[in-house]
Amino acid sequence: MTEYLIKNGFVFDPVLKLKGEKADVAIRDGKIVETTEVKKPKVIDASGMTVMAGGVEIHAHIAGPKVNSGRIFRPEDKLFNTVPVKKNMRAQGGFSIPTTYKTGYAYAQLGYTTAMEAAMPPLFARHVHEEMRDTPILDEGAYPVFGNNWFVLEYIKNREVENTAAYIAWLLRATKGYAVKSVNPGGTEAWGWGLNCLQVNDPVPYFDVTPDEITRGLIEANEYLGLPHSLHIHGNNLGNPGNYTTTLDTLKAASGQKAKNKFGRETILHHTHVQFHSYGGDKWANFESKAREIIDYINKHKNITADVGFVTLDETTTMTADGPFEYHLSQLNHLKWVNADVELETAAGVVPYVYSPDIFVCGVQWAIGLEIALLAKDPMRVFISTDHPNAGPFTRYPRILKWLMSAKAREEQIKAFKQSDKVVNSSEIAGIDRELDLYEVAAMTRAGPAKCLGLSHLYGSLKPGVDGDVAVYDFNPEKEHTPDQIEKAFSSVKYLFKRGEKIIDNHEIVSHGNKRTLWVDVKVNENLQVMRDIQEKFMKYYTVTLGNYEVHGRHFIPNPFALEVDATR
Amino acid sequence: MTKTVTDVICPFCGTLCDDIEVVLSDDGKKILEVVNACAIGAQKFHHAMAEDRPKKPRMKQPDGTYKEVSYDEAVEYTAQMLANAKKPLLYGWSSTSCEADSIGNEITELCGGCVDNTAAVCHGTTLIALQDVGVPSCTLGEVRNRADRIIYWGCNPAHAHPRHMSRYSIFPRGFFTGKGSQSRKVIVVDPRVTDTAKLADYHYQVEQGRDYELLQAFRTALKGEWLPDTVAGIPKEKIYEGAEVMKSGRFGIIFFGMGVTQSLSKNHNIDAAICLTKELNTYTKFTIMPMRGHYNVTGHGEVLGWQYGFPYSVDISRGYARYNPGDTSTIDLLLRGEVDAFFSIATDPGAHFPIDAVRRISELPSVAVDPFITPTTEVSKLHVPVAFVGIEVGGNAYRMDNVPIDCRKVIDPPEGVLTDEQFLERVLKRIRELKGVK
Repeated sequence: MTEYLIKNGFVFDPVLKLKGEKADVAIRDGKIVETTEVKKPKVIDASGMTVMAGGVEIHAHIAGPKVNSGRIFRPEDKLFNTVPVKKNMRAQGGFSIPTTYKTGYAYAQLGYTTAMEAAMPPLFARHVHEEMRDTPILDEGAYPVFGNNWFVLEYIKNREVENTAAYIAWLLRATKGYAVKSVNPGGTEAWGWGLNCLQVNDPVPYFDVTPDEITRGLIEANEYLGLPHSLHIHGNNLGNPGNYTTTLDTLKAASGQKAKNKFGRETILHHTHVQFHSYGGDKWANFESKAREIIDYINKHKNITADVGFVTLDETTTMTADGPFEYHLSQLNHLKWVNADVELETAAGVVPYVYSPDIFVCGVQWAIGLEIALLAKDPMRVFISTDHPNAGPFTRYPRILKWLMSAKAREEQIKAFKQSDKVVNSSEIAGIDRELDLYEVAAMTRAGPAKCLGLSHLYGSLKPGVDGDVAVYDFNPEKEHTPDQIEKAFSSVKYLFKRGEKIIDNHEIVSHGNKRTLWVDVKVNENLQVMRDIQEKFMKYYTVTLGNYEVHGRHFIPNPFALEVDATR
Repeated sequence: MTKTVTDVICPFCGTLCDDIEVVLSDDGKKILEVVNACAIGAQKFHHAMAEDRPKKPRMKQPDGTYKEVSYDEAVEYTAQMLANAKKPLLYGWSSTSCEADSIGNEITELCGGCVDNTAAVCHGTTLIALQDVGVPSCTLGEVRNRADRIIYWGCNPAHAHPRHMSRYSIFPRGFFTGKGSQSRKVIVVDPRVTDTAKLADYHYQVEQGRDYELLQAFRTALKGEWLPDTVAGIPKEKIYEGAEVMKSGRFGIIFFGMGVTQSLSKNHNIDAAICLTKELNTYTKFTIMPMRGHYNVTGHGEVLGWQYGFPYSVDISRGYARYNPGDTSTIDLLLRGEVDAFFSIATDPGAHFPIDAVRRISELPSVAVDPFITPTTEVSKLHVPVAFVGIEVGGNAYRMDNVPIDCRKVIDPPEGVLTDEQFLERVLKRIRELKGVK
């Protein structure tokens, strides 16, 4: 394999504590190595440029049934943005829900080399894997959803942590999943009857267990197994005025617990897209930011991580396993609504949404996202995301960087709001003058997510021994930049390497790379009760047989990469 | 000893039953018995054993007879035809695996062609409707475990999806439906007294082509608003009663078929049905699902969806995808004489298209890929026999509720016969050579 030496760039790496010092980065055999270890490298002159590890996306909806429902039911999303077949590239299309090929290319162009699909309905795991197979370049994994799964609800109700854990291990293997995801715990099961659980103590109909018990039970099982990633939760009551108290209640489930795993992860709960969960007021008219309450709690509790879910002020497509929320949203905006309940497991909804800068609530939502990131004290625990495509497409990350790195850019946006006075009065954004630097950005987009995912031995830094994932941006941090220059520089990497292979050369995609599918292979003690329960439920209630449930075969996962966990006792 | 293969997936309809058991002969080469399948499904498996099945590609001669040719020649003819065409049309894809579909899409992209599946003459109108108003749906297991209101509208599963009612809807005992059919009320809307209608608690014998009026009348009745004495031949009392039956359930579902998708009003029928379902959600939980026909027509729509963003009738002649049914759909392209080569696979347009469209196929350079001789193979210039997907080779397929199930291989294909995937791979490779693309 070709050796590379990326010379004289300004390197930002929180793991190596490099804050823009000039340094060389060497790649050999797909890995980062000491610069002395390369013999005849191809030299990339990065002088005057920014060098970082490849970006790591912790939460995006980029593959699977609801993403594809979004694509199929929104032909209008392809207007004016299709790209014809080019050398080395397939045809592309779509803005908020791009085709799989465009997803791979667009992430690469932003300097990202790894991405996690945030919600995989287990019964649809094959679909998720087929789409990931057709998403070039990126290493990907997917989180199966557990928070409304009948097995989990029953085991947690009976306080059977070993059984919950054994079932999680079985399902991760069957679906080739990466982590334990919980979406609106209990509420989505209630949606099977058109109901919801808005608060953490609302009992789930029939199953008689509460969202709080589900969250605690899943955290316990996650740490019992010692999985690479913590529990990844989307709490109850998303998107409603006054929901920040529910969010605080959800976060309290983590109090006093410590991480147990061999992957270097120190946190036990990841709350995703907290922007949607930091709302004050009790109706839309007095809607206000409670970002400070939420981020203060996260700042104080070192066992919690979060990603933001920035509102990008675009027309987009919302999609979530929070079925009742999407129904609620469609009643609010009266746009078309897709719902897909999944037997014994979960549900999903999809609704288009316009985050208009003319609407007061959208302006406050925009402010909340930025407040969370700007008030965060530890950038290794608060990550950049748009909950793609829910708060906006991931292709807007450069614009978010502009807002985070430039108070002037934020000021311009606030002025552009139709109801800017109301937005300013209902949020703190106008009073925050902090500007993030690239060292913090590298933590929020690379080192932090990699560590939280238990993947810091592969991604997130430029430490010798990790994968050769390197992004070089045409951005000189020593020079002054206008906000728009920041956005432009981070919109298109000059060079990108994935596992030592050059993917982007002078802004052009030159290779599809050799992507891997990450999954977690957990060994647990033989558990006859769980196996019996699985057989019974497949016999009586599933509409596929147990023999046809597990995903296997190269046509789904051509290049698997399993992280092994031994949880036998 | 005979050998029994279990958990086999039936490659017939969108019900995609996955509990079939197939008994094989001692040497594992012959299918002796098929257990659990419906009559049509069982016949599919036995048909694979047909003695008269072609095993080599057949090229039509100027005198109308067929001459056997090698697969190499078939690949060459197909690749030349597609590579040299200005705007080839690749149609079908509904009875083969998603992996084959994916290669077909790549070929279309490379040749600047159009790609379409059988939704164009089936549930394409459903897809247009859900692009207008969305679709609240669920998996079939939700129906089995929760539903107490079952509506079949314009479809006749007793004959077209024979195990649908017993596996998923009317009869099974699910988690919250322990009494099976006794816990459910069944409504059938059909102008005919079908075998499905005979099972219904309420049969609405709608006037043919008046489904739209009846659907809107149900929406009106839900709100308790005024109705004329009869709508679509149904007395208003019956309509108010039907609306009450729907509202009073805990979980309901509307299954609908070609009776509404391809009759007068087409997609507008489905718009109304979906809006009825949405509105029912303000009273209780309600869902709706199309009764998809071919076992993997849903799958091809999904593959097109993630690769191009549109579910059928995709025109890639400009190098990027365009979608405009009526313009980019197969029959319209054929009737307007816009395509200069026709490739069909895993379906039988010759048996189902209007005669003018079929005549057009017969005039074009054309290739039909199908395990058997069909009306389409007989109007095409080249017939390429292939292995039977779901019996002789595995591959992924999507059920009518979008659940992906990986089909199983039960027996080997006849010696020397390629699979869809193998044939398409070879065609793709040759087209790349012809076009000078790496």
